[in-house]
Amino acid sequence: MAHFEKAKSLNEWFDQRLGVNTLNRVLAKEYWIPKDINFLWAMGMVLAITFGILLVSGIFLLMYYQPNVDLAFDSVNYTIMQEVGYGWLWRHVHAVAASVVFLIIYIHMFTGIYYGSYKKGRELIWISGMLLFVAFSAEAFSGYMLPWGQMSYWAGMVITNLFSMGSLEMNGVVEWIRGDYVPAQAFLDRFFMLHVLLIPIVILLLIGIHFGALRLPHVNNQNGEEIDFEVEAEKYRSGNKAASKVIAFANDFMAKDMFVVAVFLVFFFYLVFWNFGFAMDPVNFDPADGLVTPAHIYPEWYFLWSYEILRPFSKDIGLIAFAFAQVIFFLLPFLDRSPNAVPASRRGLFNIWFWVMLVDLIVLTAMGKLPPEGIYSTIGYVAALVFIALWIALPIITKLEKKL
Amino acid sequence: MKELFILAVVTFFSLLTYWLVEPFAHGQMHAHVDSKSFAYADLPALTKQGDATRGADTFMAGGCIGCHNVKALGMETGMSAKDAAAAYGVNPPDLSNAGAIYDAKFLADLIKNPAHAMSVEHKFDDMHPHPMPAFYGAGGEDIDQEIADMVAYMQSIAVKAEEVTPKMAFEDACGRCHAVRYTKWTQLGEMPNFKYKKDELRFQADVLDAQDAVKAYMGKLPPDLSMYIRSRNEHFLSTFIEDPQSHLHGTAMPRVGVTAHASEQVIEYMKMAGDPLAADRDEIGKNVMIYMIFFVLFAYLWKRQIWKDLH
Repeated sequence: MAHFEKAKSLNEWFDQRLGVNTLNRVLAKEYWIPKDINFLWAMGMVLAITFGILLVSGIFLLMYYQPNVDLAFDSVNYTIMQEVGYGWLWRHVHAVAASVVFLIIYIHMFTGIYYGSYKKGRELIWISGMLLFVAFSAEAFSGYMLPWGQMSYWAGMVITNLFSMGSLEMNGVVEWIRGDYVPAQAFLDRFFMLHVLLIPIVILLLIGIHFGALRLPHVNNQNGEEIDFEVEAEKYRSGNKAASKVIAFANDFMAKDMFVVAVFLVFFFYLVFWNFGFAMDPVNFDPADGLVTPAHIYPEWYFLWSYEILRPFSKDIGLIAFAFAQVIFFLLPFLDRSPNAVPASRRGLFNIWFWVMLVDLIVLTAMGKLPPEGIYSTIGYVAALVFIALWIALPIITKLEKKL
Repeated sequence: MKELFILAVVTFFSLLTYWLVEPFAHGQMHAHVDSKSFAYADLPALTKQGDATRGADTFMAGGCIGCHNVKALGMETGMSAKDAAAAYGVNPPDLSNAGAIYDAKFLADLIKNPAHAMSVEHKFDDMHPHPMPAFYGAGGEDIDQEIADMVAYMQSIAVKAEEVTPKMAFEDACGRCHAVRYTKWTQLGEMPNFKYKKDELRFQADVLDAQDAVKAYMGKLPPDLSMYIRSRNEHFLSTFIEDPQSHLHGTAMPRVGVTAHASEQVIEYMKMAGDPLAADRDEIGKNVMIYMIFFVLFAYLWKRQIWKDLH
């Protein structure tokens, strides 16, 4: 048994047993963050807070939700929305947070792409982030099934159908996933389990890995400057904080983060109380009915771009394009052949690539919601082709890029 | 300020995306129908001044109370709602407050030609007549005068137009076909609290029978309207109530002919059923906002304090 001195303070007692001072030093006081950053660097904290909001509101909803095809709709829309004190508040908070979290994820992703924060040792940050994106997508989709409204049912029908793999007609796989020929009790039960247990555990693990992947390569900065963290940290420690190019994670970086979080929460609660319609589709306030197909079936806004890559093509090609769209972002650190980890504005062709990609995704998002008719289906088709072409062009244009 | 510029760029693309997937896309998906202010301009204008006293006699002579209750005056057909539904498809409305809930022009045209007033002529013909027989006059010289008298009579026995409550309007105009389970409303009226399970089951069995009758009459069971205030918006509901055909051409749902005020009451009832806590949302929202603005201020002060050594 190791030798333990009698502790003189509570802090020392914990430090002997848990090494809290070391943890505090490594993870906060001497976790160096570049000073040259803007508010986009706070999106990680905004996401962490939003995830916390989802977790807490979800726990409250879980206490009253009934995962049963006959009861689910009313347990949400009557029990939680009307009978449980402040149940409506938790439900609106949960629904709006589930939608807004994707807005922040997309801003976070595009910040990473713009500043080249997936390169030179930061590949695992990007990949773990993309895994989080997939896990959040699965969490959002499974959660969307739970109110058992018309959109839950038909989105569940459409998405599980994808697993028949087009002309391969693997209908057995679809039935295996659903536990039935159509979405029904078994389907609801398993998506309930995924939503409240398995996927949240995966998300928590991935968040740990995502944070961990960040610790050694450090956070990127606004100008892509290569910083000697040892030298700059020494300046900071010696009291010359103003001249140092780094700041401590806590409280320096945290103080700025929390200000951004506070402003974000004003926006968030405005949506929760006065503009929640975008996060709670009207169609899903009709109870699930397998005999009535809604006039328009569309996913939530954050899935629209990939839905639109699936939709304009024939069945098999659409599926291949869809699969391509799902995995291609993972490969970004390897498809970008340029050695420059600097903002896109200084990278010539890549700068154009970035803005075209952003606009293309917005066009795809809009067309994914609009009915696939006439001009909309043509625009969607072209935008989907542009998306694929951009990824094919990426290694070429980045290879041509001059080293700065 | 570079940060403000970045914020402007992020805000621009976020709002653009929002506008495209919400207002724009929904505008493209759903045809916009303008309200016609419940004027019922397609119905013939009333040309005769009605007389309620004469109308009372015509009302009796016309045989209205053969099928319709007028409970306010103690006139009842003696038929249960369930039996009436079985006999006519839909339980005919009690006429106690019809004069206040329905538009006068609509009532007049309804008496003369029910399928026309209700815009369901595509459902009925001579072989399959509307269950309410058209009124061909009660022996008077001028059928329009007789109808005007009856309308005046119905208005005279009804509550004042502004006294029509959400419940009255909904139950009369909508509740004989549509259930609202969140307010315990069924096609046979409000579900009572039963002491014995078997009484409750009997009642529910009766409701199922009434629903079967309505289903047979309408082609499908009209939907439960509990959450319609959230699954459809207020403008949609208002224009749909005014003229169902304008949104859903060929629908079996009749135009019910409510006045603008009664339509507002119907929508109010649907709010009570599906979104009764809307006022709380506003109230609590304001308090949360005040709290959050203080949070922003304190967070900003903390940031300033920490960063004054860093610049």
